[in-house]
Amino acid sequence: MSGLPGILERLREGKVFVADGAMGTMLIDRGLKSGQCPESFNLTNPDAVAEVSRLYIGAGAEIIQTNTFGASPIKLALYDLQDKTEEINRKAVAIAKEASRSHAYIAASCGPSGRLLKPYGDLDPEDLVKSCERQIRALADAAADAICVETMSDINEAVIWVKAAKKVATNIPVFVTMTFDPTPRGFFTMMGVDIKKTVTELTNAGCDVLGSNCGNGSDQMVDIAAMFKELTDKPLLIRPNAGMPILENGRTVYLETPEYMADNCRELARIGVAVIGGCCGTTPAHIRAIARKIH
Amino acid sequence: MIKVRGVFKEVKMDLIKDISESLEIGDAERVTELTKQALGTGVPAAAVLNQGLILGMNRIGKKFKDHEIFLPDVLLAAKAMYAGMDLIKPLLIKENIPTLGKVVIGSIQGDLHDIGKNLVAIMLKGVGFEIIDLGNDVAPEKFVAAAQKENAQVIGMSALLTTTMPGMKKVVDLLKEKGLAGRVKVIVGGAPVTDEYRQEIGADAYGYDAANAVDKVKQLVGA
Repeated sequence: MSGLPGILERLREGKVFVADGAMGTMLIDRGLKSGQCPESFNLTNPDAVAEVSRLYIGAGAEIIQTNTFGASPIKLALYDLQDKTEEINRKAVAIAKEASRSHAYIAASCGPSGRLLKPYGDLDPEDLVKSCERQIRALADAAADAICVETMSDINEAVIWVKAAKKVATNIPVFVTMTFDPTPRGFFTMMGVDIKKTVTELTNAGCDVLGSNCGNGSDQMVDIAAMFKELTDKPLLIRPNAGMPILENGRTVYLETPEYMADNCRELARIGVAVIGGCCGTTPAHIRAIARKIH
Repeated sequence: MIKVRGVFKEVKMDLIKDISESLEIGDAERVTELTKQALGTGVPAAAVLNQGLILGMNRIGKKFKDHEIFLPDVLLAAKAMYAGMDLIKPLLIKENIPTLGKVVIGSIQGDLHDIGKNLVAIMLKGVGFEIIDLGNDVAPEKFVAAAQKENAQVIGMSALLTTTMPGMKKVVDLLKEKGLAGRVKVIVGGAPVTDEYRQEIGADAYGYDAANAVDKVKQLVGA
């Protein structure tokens, strides 16, 4: 563990945490090439990964995520790296811990398999269970403080992740965030899951902290958070994008400034969100502004 | 006699309507059964395809566009459509019924996301296009070579990562180099792609979602 008191106890005391921001874009700035497995950087360029975490901690992040979003064996197999599942995940936690020096909690990032479960796609639930358990076991062995399942759109996959975590990492809290699209009929994930269903299913599965990341800028995340709050007393985790991406001269740009986002994040804290961080397009400058507004 | 024929025709129309409705609720077994029955009683394959399967798939596309249904419903309907198509395809070839056109589709090199691309492929098939799916991580040269080999009218490319988007421009440039620009039309899509980007790289169309992509491809081939 990070040497800090349990994160769930702190949340129960009403502590509001600032988490970190985007990882992928920061790694691209540090030499990650198109077509390269971002998680392989844990082995080949650990200093770059550690630097990103240190920048976020310096900006005020109290929870940092490991560079393991795509480090499930199913995802790693796309790069023929599935045999390195244990090595990549353990190393990622070690890098984060070294960067944190007990100043921040380590939340182990777990992203979607990228495949569709039967009957919609060809992924056998048993194979997904095995993949989730294998990644979580490695993360738990390296003593992460929380398992952070994120960017989920299929509630069945999210539930499989929670159950896998509860089985192989019994004493580590599980955070799950889903990604919603704004539609004229309200917020739904790509797979048609609304906030009510998210709360019901994840609560039944034993999820400790829940909420939303990605897919929306901070304006809409305030609406999403308010809807979650009406439906659950569980601690909430929200990570907005810095707005929605637009393209300028061949480069992706996110338009929300740190100050703009920070104002909305103060609103998130007022609503009662317990963990507030950033997703796509956020930088240490965003996290610094958020930390100032919240604490 | 005329009256009898009328009744007979009505029965057949009910059958075709039943096929499209079963497809809409994603009941592949029933679509198979009804398609067999329709073909067995002499309903032309083209009628089963156009007024049954494609009509159902178009309705699904519309509902999806209007956010009345979501991806899982589309995927199940597509499975039902494939079930019916498997039975009809050999007959269509025999009857020499032309498709709306050929589309080469894939996710651009470096991009391993394929849910959006698959959805567009399914829906294009659903409205009667022939699809050559090159999968994920497709090199620009491969798109162009496949379009040439298959004599395709359209290349469809998807990207979910901004870092892979320049590959789309390469395809457009390659087509120009080979004198294929205009003959092979290019449609682009994917979360980070915009109509401004399409203009910037000189592609022919941009689909903002799967249903819109289908409309645009239809326009490109004049269907």
